[in-house]
Amino acid sequence: MTSITSIPAPRSPRVRTSRRTTRGNFELYGWIFMRVSGVVLVVLIFGHLFTNLIAGQGIKAIDFGFVAGKWASPLWQVWDLFMLWLAMIHGSNGVRTIINDYAERDHTRLVLKIVLVAAFLITVVLGTLVIFTFDPCPAGGPINLLPSFCSA
Amino acid sequence: MWSWVAHRVTGVLIFFFLLVHVLDTSLVRVSPEAYNAVIGSYKNPVMGLGEAGLVAAIVFHAFNGIRIILVDFWAKGPKYQRVMLWVVIGLFVVTMAGFLPRHLMNVFGGK
Ligand code: HEM
Ligand code: HEM
Repeated sequence: MTSITSIPAPRSPRVRTSRRTTRGNFELYGWIFMRVSGVVLVVLIFGHLFTNLIAGQGIKAIDFGFVAGKWASPLWQVWDLFMLWLAMIHGSNGVRTIINDYAERDHTRLVLKIVLVAAFLITVVLGTLVIFTFDPCPAGGPINLLPSFCSA
Repeated sequence: MWSWVAHRVTGVLIFFFLLVHVLDTSLVRVSPEAYNAVIGSYKNPVMGLGEAGLVAAIVFHAFNGIRIILVDFWAKGPKYQRVMLWVVIGLFVVTMAGFLPRHLMNVFGGK
């Protein structure tokens, strides 16, 4: 009996008739994002903690005037904006993983993820608006609480 | 294994802190008085210790995060992952030793 069996050469790519078996590369990109954002966040957050907790009077110095002084500089505005977005996407994606790990019922998972998305959107939108609409010298603000450049 | 648990716990902790943190910072848009009142209410020893705990959580998560990244991307990372855990612990101790005296002095050091 001679029958001809064709054996594909080793390492030749597997032919997929349909890609429906995979859901794209979302999880891979998420995995890479966690790492890239992590490296950037080290710099952003350590810089944030240094200026706010160590430099000058540290935590004692923080008040409205302190924030106004920092956000008078575009550097700190952009700094905080990136920190806000990166930390929120990184943190939310991390919490999503944790929900997937521990919430076993489909219903529970769905509810938790809706809460997560809501918290993400509210925080990012609010934080972004605050940075862009901040007014260091609000009309009628008590002059002793405002930064010194308001009276100039 | 414990480092994985600690990474997870610190990550969630920082996340919840950040939600509250953006909320209290947003008070600068309400009024200088409102912001100062809330920030002022944080200026007590209990919150001071809380801030120290938060910083400890960030410092661990950050250094251990770098270690995870090195294990994944550096060819020799998996081989040195245990050594790197000790490096993480060492850097953590050094960083906190630099930070704590300064911060606790600001919290407890009167005017
Ligand atoms: C106890 C430690 C901390 C203190 C005292 C503190 C203090 C402040 C202050 C005073 C501001 C106003 C603007 C500025 O100074 O840049 C601010 C904004 C901000 N902080 Fe922190 N911070 C702390 C920890 C953190 C951590 C750990 C993160 C990141 C996970 C963070 C993320 C942010 C973000 C994203 C903003 C901008 C908020 C907005 O867009 O409205 N902070 N923080
Ligand atoms: C300081 C710089 C940071 C670095 C270097 C860093 C690094 C990392 C890395 C490498 C992972 C592992 C991702 C994976 O296994 O796929 C991770 C997970 C995580 N991170 Fe961060 N991160 C940082 C800041 C933050 C911040 C600010 C938050 C919160 C807002 C956060 C929350 C989380 C959470 C919740 C996880 C998921 C943990 C898990 O799945 O067990 N991280 N981080």
